[in-house]
Amino acid sequence: MIEVKNISKFFGKLKVLKDVSINLEKGECIAMIGPNGCGKTTLIKSILGMVLPSSGEIIFDNKSITKDIEYRKNIGYMPQIGRYPENMTIGQIINMIKGIRNSDEELDEELYHQFHIEQLLDKQMRTLSGGTTQKVSATLAFLFNPKVLVLDEPTAGLDPLASEILKEKIIKERNNGKLILITSHLLSELDDLISQVVLIQDGQIVFHKSVLQLKKDTGEDKISKSIIQVLKEKVA
Amino acid sequence: MSRILKYVILDIVKNKIVIVYTIILALFSWSAFSLEDNVAKGLLTLLNIILLTVPLVSILFSTIYIYNSSEFIELLVSHPIKRNRIWTSIYAGLCLSMIFAFIVGAGIPIVLFADLGKAIMMISVGTLITAIFVSIAFLSSILSRDKAKGIGVSILLWLYFALLFDGLVLFLLFQFGDYPIEKMMVGITAFSPIDLSRILILLQLDASAMMGYTGAIFQDFFGTKLGLFLSYFLLFLWAFLPFAFSLKRFRKKDL
Amino acid sequence: MVKKAFILIFCFLTFLSFGSTFHVGRNQKYKTIKSALHLVEDGDKVIVHGGIYKEGNIIITKSITLEGRNRPVIDGARKFEVLSIKANDVTIQGFKIQHSSYATLDDPGGIKVYESYNVKILNNHLYDNFFGIYIQNCRRVLIKGNRIIAFGKEEQEIGNGIHCWKSDSLQIIANDISGNRDGIYFEFVTHSVVWRNISHDNIRYGLHFMFSHDDSYFTNIFKSNGAGVAVMFTKRVTMMNNTFEKNWGDAAYGLLLKELTDCYMSGNKYIENTSAVFMDGSSRIIMRRNEFKANGWGLKIQANCTDNKIEGNNFIGNTFDISTNGNLTLNSFDANYWDKYEGYDLNKDQIGDTPYHPLSLYSVIVEVNPPAMLLYRSFMVTLLDKSEKLIPSLTPENFVDNRPLIHLIDL
Repeated sequence: MIEVKNISKFFGKLKVLKDVSINLEKGECIAMIGPNGCGKTTLIKSILGMVLPSSGEIIFDNKSITKDIEYRKNIGYMPQIGRYPENMTIGQIINMIKGIRNSDEELDEELYHQFHIEQLLDKQMRTLSGGTTQKVSATLAFLFNPKVLVLDEPTAGLDPLASEILKEKIIKERNNGKLILITSHLLSELDDLISQVVLIQDGQIVFHKSVLQLKKDTGEDKISKSIIQVLKEKVA
Repeated sequence: MSRILKYVILDIVKNKIVIVYTIILALFSWSAFSLEDNVAKGLLTLLNIILLTVPLVSILFSTIYIYNSSEFIELLVSHPIKRNRIWTSIYAGLCLSMIFAFIVGAGIPIVLFADLGKAIMMISVGTLITAIFVSIAFLSSILSRDKAKGIGVSILLWLYFALLFDGLVLFLLFQFGDYPIEKMMVGITAFSPIDLSRILILLQLDASAMMGYTGAIFQDFFGTKLGLFLSYFLLFLWAFLPFAFSLKRFRKKDL
Repeated sequence: MVKKAFILIFCFLTFLSFGSTFHVGRNQKYKTIKSALHLVEDGDKVIVHGGIYKEGNIIITKSITLEGRNRPVIDGARKFEVLSIKANDVTIQGFKIQHSSYATLDDPGGIKVYESYNVKILNNHLYDNFFGIYIQNCRRVLIKGNRIIAFGKEEQEIGNGIHCWKSDSLQIIANDISGNRDGIYFEFVTHSVVWRNISHDNIRYGLHFMFSHDDSYFTNIFKSNGAGVAVMFTKRVTMMNNTFEKNWGDAAYGLLLKELTDCYMSGNKYIENTSAVFMDGSSRIIMRRNEFKANGWGLKIQANCTDNKIEGNNFIGNTFDISTNGNLTLNSFDANYWDKYEGYDLNKDQIGDTPYHPLSLYSVIVEVNPPAMLLYRSFMVTLLDKSEKLIPSLTPENFVDNRPLIHLIDL
């Protein structure tokens, strides 16, 4: 579904991505992991069109994303820290995004209802707690029923209840055949969700494996433990 | 585009700084007209305030607003909407809101006290000055990712146009004092929107005679239809070019 | 005895003959003014009735009164000087005199008086003449209540409204003069008075004095003249209660004083002039209780002016109250009201406790470098002036009013 072909990215002299290629297929829930500054955010931002790669290309549904921005109709993005214009209300934000998307398709209002957003529509963004802001971000990401979901640290800042709601929603959408990309440091959170793991280090992909394969290779039964195992091996 | 624009405007006009700015402009304007014994003097007093505070507030507020919106802009970019539209909407939103604040604060008393021609001149110049400094704010905030740096650049640019440029002009005047440079000076004003606006308004207020020989030369240029048209054209250019440059950068920017 | 009686009768007869009156007009005994003038003797009166008289140059050589009824028009057809007076004790009144010739060599006028005395020119309209009224080598001439209108476009194509040359004891009262080169022109005229005239919209000066000592002018209005009023190379002139208004332009002065000594100026108002008063090479002038309001420059006082006293004047709303071209001042400022004064008066004696320096740094800069006017009313200039006020360093220190008034002087 998403084909990343030989992309590199320089920030000045710093090479953040080094000739990265990867195939991301639908129906998978893929965790992007790696230490800080490894390039995983840059990779995700490249897919979202926020960062323009220095070389290489990204193909979405057989079309290069540099030519046409319409592919973003199919992406829902939930940022790690959502900051919105402070005097806008939740209702205005949602209406504005609806206006931008201008979609005729049926909206997926499951999270909207489960997070009780309808009771908060008149609240201004500056009055919200970090958790509520994350709920708004999650709602917006899922609202338009996109084929691909990009979730940056989705459960950080959410209370356990909301976190659980979101996780269930992620599993449900994965089972609906969507592609879900997650970056997270909270490895233990990922266990029930993900089907594939991508480990990135120093701007290069160390491996891209299915969870089963990873567990088999490392002999651990938890993802978090397997990854730590891998990292230890690398250092050794 | 109109969808973002509408919400950006709704957001800004509810901003406390903008509300305070509107009230302060109104206070200044009303007191300028009621304390001075004639309207022309009131306009001159107001002119000084407009040429000092309007650029400062416009550039500072816009710079801060743009930096505070960086995550929001990122979010917008992840949606199917062109970067051009996002950047232009925010520019239009900031311009319109700040102009709205200016017209509510200063425009209403100007229309009530001054005669129509002068009022139109004063309000149009105030409007353009607002747009120009919002535009410059876009330029200074695209130049650096660091908010503190960007705000610093904005303050420096304001200081340059409000003060340093005039100092530079004075320096040049004394350096080339032995040459007939009056006409060249008309050209120099094109490089500072604040000077250009000030001279336009002063001539409109019939102050040219008070300015002696130099005033006569300015009158010869700015007093004609062509001069007036050119001055407004230059002001429009000032409102457009810095933003256009920032737009070019923004299209290629990594967020 | 018989001889004496004879002389007495003769005298009586002559006296009777003083009273003869000639009527001129379409329905009168004399059809032309000239035909009547051929017959007149000293002391006669010629009454001209309404109508148009085109008779070329009319010359008066006898001491007569020429009086118009229903404002008769005497027309010079743009070929002749209209009325020439070459006799003493002549009175001209009630005419409209128009279209004199436009030669520049012999200065033709609507009314020209040659080497005469005791002449009165009253209540005439002078319309579209080269010179309006021209006085040369005369004494005791009264010019009163005339209206002088011309339509000059260029300085060299038009003469002056009232032109006086080498004369003495003139009275110029209540005339209305416009559209000439100079409204009133004095050269070598002494002991004369100019009173209650309105001189406006003339191409050059409203009033122009040269080498004319011991004159006075009171209560005149000089408005919107090309270059205002000029008084030059003259001693002992008194100027009181005149108004100098709206003399605008890059070389316009409300009042230009050049090489002037021992003059007294009081009660004059200078309103909305580019430069209200420009003093060059002038000394021992007393300016007291004048008002300078809304001018570009209030008082431009060149460094070659000495011993002038500027006392008790109001300076209100001028761009620059004072400017000068040097840094030496030999003039005194005392007890004026300056609206830009920001001092205080703790002892409530109506006199500011700190001295006022009326010369702003910016005015000095502009004097040296006129294009600096570009920065007029800019933030930087305000800043410069304020800092100079706090720590005077560049402006001459003796340019100071030590007793600035707190309140406007009631004039």
